[in-house]
Amino acid sequence: MAKRVPVVEQIMNANDQLAVANRARLDAAGVFGVNLMASPGAGKTSLITRTVEALKDDFRIGAVDGDIATTLDADRIAALGVPAVQINTGGACHLDASMFQSALPQLPLDELDLLVVENVGNLVCPASFKLGVHCSVLVASVPEGDDKPYKYPVMYRGVDVLVLNKMDVLAAFEFDVDYFRRGVEALNPGLLFFPLSCKTGEGVDEWLMWLRGEIVKFRENRE
Amino acid sequence: MHELSITQSILDIALRHAEQVGCRRITRLNLVIGELSSIVDDSVQFYWDFVSQDTIAAGAELHFERVPGTLRCLSCDHTFPLNGRDYACPVCGQTQVVVAGGDEFRLESIEVE
Repeated sequence: MAKRVPVVEQIMNANDQLAVANRARLDAAGVFGVNLMASPGAGKTSLITRTVEALKDDFRIGAVDGDIATTLDADRIAALGVPAVQINTGGACHLDASMFQSALPQLPLDELDLLVVENVGNLVCPASFKLGVHCSVLVASVPEGDDKPYKYPVMYRGVDVLVLNKMDVLAAFEFDVDYFRRGVEALNPGLLFFPLSCKTGEGVDEWLMWLRGEIVKFRENRE
Repeated sequence: MHELSITQSILDIALRHAEQVGCRRITRLNLVIGELSSIVDDSVQFYWDFVSQDTIAAGAELHFERVPGTLRCLSCDHTFPLNGRDYACPVCGQTQVVVAGGDEFRLESIEVE
């Protein structure tokens, strides 16, 4: 005779459990972790280089770079004089908590204030894999089109901060910023929004000011 | 492609609860999956036979209750399905809306004997 046993338990996969462990490791080392996600070509690496150039005199920064192949991005970031680890996923379309975990021992965590993770360019899979960082940032860009929040709701729903890059070319595209923001607001009310251009530097200061504030806040909460 | 580890987690939770009540085998799992959870139930089913073999859950039936993504209008309180075009309320046309359902992903109950 079959009987029903109530469970009502959220399914937390093995990845999420590892992410919790990664987070504890960053917390213990006093490193504020940021995960940048975006479609290919949105400007993740450009935003990181802008950020590293502006903050490296005030904070000790490290980077983890995820790509299917090559070390091009990690090389670009390492050229700025900060430790950068490349993870080649060998075909996997996202970073996961175990890949991130394996990258951590390759970095001098105790000597870092900020760890920037560049996820694999993809608007679908990275949204489902927590890494264990403190903040998830989606880098959208004008040429992708203003309908992306409607087409990729899960990604827009799961992030803490939204950057809209390539604002310098807004006039050349039929990109309705209001339509874009309405979709974002429905999915993720009150989401922090930084329209900017990594090329011209327009709007980058607001992003940097916010990030500085977050690192300082994180440190203060630790003390 | 991430359903394998998720299927493993579902099995772990089911086995833990089955052990608590003491039973010979698990015959059915009742899962609730929201549209916005980005879980593909066909894939979970595909991995299930593989991960559950040689456990007391081998051969158990997976039942998926799918919860559609829904939005709620903040102006008129109307609830309507998520669509890929626009998130405006079909009743009053307002665009101030919030997600009201579709995030779910849980194991609701198991059936054992």
